[in-house]
Amino acid sequence: MLTIQQIKEKIEAGLPGSKVEIQDPRRDGVHLKAIVIYKGFKDKSLVEQHQMVYATLKEELKEELHALGIETHEE
Amino acid sequence: MDEKTKTQIKDMIHKNKVFIFMKGTPDAPECGFSMRTIEILKSYKVEFGYFNIFEDEEIRQAVKEYANWPTIPQVYINGKFIGGCDITEELHKSGKLKKLIEE
Repeated sequence: MLTIQQIKEKIEAGLPGSKVEIQDPRRDGVHLKAIVIYKGFKDKSLVEQHQMVYATLKEELKEELHALGIETHEE
Repeated sequence: MDEKTKTQIKDMIHKNKVFIFMKGTPDAPECGFSMRTIEILKSYKVEFGYFNIFEDEEIRQAVKEYANWPTIPQVYINGKFIGGCDITEELHKSGKLKKLIEE
């Protein structure tokens, strides 16, 4: 299972210049929430924005990360 | 994804104005995200169709490819992919979901 730090780094690497915060609201290490601030979300629909985040975690999402909540902002 | 499965998915999402691929059933959701999404849909008193992805592993994998979306639940309105639990909730809070449903 990826650590919170690794998830943050993967998203930031996949979306250059983005700022990412990973929260663990239920403190269970599974139901995580990624808050992503990225200029590239401008003029993109919510679905497209979330797909951009998921694309940075393609491999991991196949198995474990079924519970990654996402919140996106342009700035 | 083979044509048969693709057609099955297309039929399902076009047969109902509002449709959800979920884990479990509306009355017995088997995942917190599916349950939360059902609660939101039920608050609109709109009739919606559903498919329990545990009943068909092929459909379960195919819908992820169809919508280019890796997780379940998945909500469709008028045959168009709207999003998963997070986006449905965000649209619900902003009032956009109401417009989409009433269109």
